[in-house]
Amino acid sequence: MIKVKRTIKYDADRVQGFGREIMGVTGCDQLPSCIQCGTCSGACPLSIYMDFSPRQVMALVRADFKREVLTSNTIWLCASCYACTVECPRQIRITDIIYALKQRAIKEGVYPRKMPIPILAREFTRMVVSKGRITETLLVMRLFLKANWKAVLSSWRLGLGLITTGRFVLKSEHIQRCGELATMLASTEVTATTAAKPTHRTSPKKLLAEESP
Amino acid sequence: MKYSYFPGCSLKGLGRAYEESLLPVMRHLGVELSELDDWNCCGATAYMSVDEEEACILAARNLAIANSNGGHDLLTPCSACYLVLNKTQHNMEDFPQVRAGVEKALASVNMSWKGKVKVRHPLDVLFHDIGVEAIRQKVTRPLKGLKVAPYYGCQLVRPYSTFDEAWNPVTMDRILEALGVEVLPFPLKTKCCGGSLTGTVPQAGLRLSYIILKEAVRRGADVIATICPLCQFNLDAYHSQIEKSWGAARIPTVYFTQLMGLAFGMSPRELGLQRNFVPMKPLAPVAW
Repeated sequence: MIKVKRTIKYDADRVQGFGREIMGVTGCDQLPSCIQCGTCSGACPLSIYMDFSPRQVMALVRADFKREVLTSNTIWLCASCYACTVECPRQIRITDIIYALKQRAIKEGVYPRKMPIPILAREFTRMVVSKGRITETLLVMRLFLKANWKAVLSSWRLGLGLITTGRFVLKSEHIQRCGELATMLASTEVTATTAAKPTHRTSPKKLLAEESP
Repeated sequence: MKYSYFPGCSLKGLGRAYEESLLPVMRHLGVELSELDDWNCCGATAYMSVDEEEACILAARNLAIANSNGGHDLLTPCSACYLVLNKTQHNMEDFPQVRAGVEKALASVNMSWKGKVKVRHPLDVLFHDIGVEAIRQKVTRPLKGLKVAPYYGCQLVRPYSTFDEAWNPVTMDRILEALGVEVLPFPLKTKCCGGSLTGTVPQAGLRLSYIILKEAVRRGADVIATICPLCQFNLDAYHSQIEKSWGAARIPTVYFTQLMGLAFGMSPRELGLQRNFVPMKPLAPVAW
């Protein structure tokens, strides 16, 4: 038997209305005016690692290909450098659209399990909600423990460097009026911390093909 | 001159050398800073990925505190904080639904949105309010012969900055020149350092850091000057990993405020220069 893989999408793969929903998010309303010029992909320093380039993601969102977009590694590889947004000749806030897609993927739990980037976002959020501030070294340790505990062992050199340069902070930073912040955050309808756990079971390795450096 | 001061989490942690050098330099130039009372995390890029409305609420609390702190311009040294606070101000003005949510959240704790506070980066304040000439006059130990690659990174100049250019900013170049250093032409000055990807996807993130380091070395720089705590960390802390993967590109990365302090005659230790992974070579007239 020959194994075949379809490389072109069928109309049936679309989730009607998805594009409109994304365009309805704050700052994403300019998406319909995309002319597919590819300036965003050219400006993006990380597009060479992406499964869909930023230009392709814009087209996929507009055409309702929800699954493809939310499970792509593109949205997680965006480092928020805003190069695409500044360069776009149609003034589309591409970075903000990518943010909207990240938020949607986290909300629906369709990011790959153990993928460190969404886990960092989640742990970061939790720390801010409970303490009001971030203690970076504690955050990174939490991230490693949740995503890949072996990384703790392999980054001993970094940890040692931080200790010797006096940059390793173990005392948790926090604000005085934590309750005030909690009340403010509770005034929104959905709380970030109640976001769904990941259900998408693609291994991070598959999604982000390991490249030998 | 008086400003409110929003340090952000990094300046109390990994980027503490930034604060250690910023505060004495500003004091030396006659700038009075008053740290915001009980400021909270700006949310950075990570919170924005989870919930944008809540991210704006986090930032708005700081802006509201700044407003009740006399409404002085808010000095924000970290690029991520600078971006998020500015973004929130823009969102408040451009999108009524964001404004409604934020105002509701502020009202729930008896705070209110009293309008704009100007969020400003130290480069902006130093260049436009204090001026290059005033900085030059304070230089007691010109850093002659030091070759510097000026590195601005992304989030200070894109997309909200109004005080400098998105691709070829020059305010730091001009300030550094006033210190007597030789500022090298550095085309990668606004290329991304990898941000948090250096930790989460090193094969992609660290490569971006490596590209910047290698270019600075190739151009003969002695040191890279930066304005952002995350850029400084990425360019300074990962040399052993970078070396293993792509080869050596060893060059120190320091905050521009540390170079200013040195030129003003301050000691390396009081400017936090001992915190570098890759230490800066002692300058001839400076006792380290």
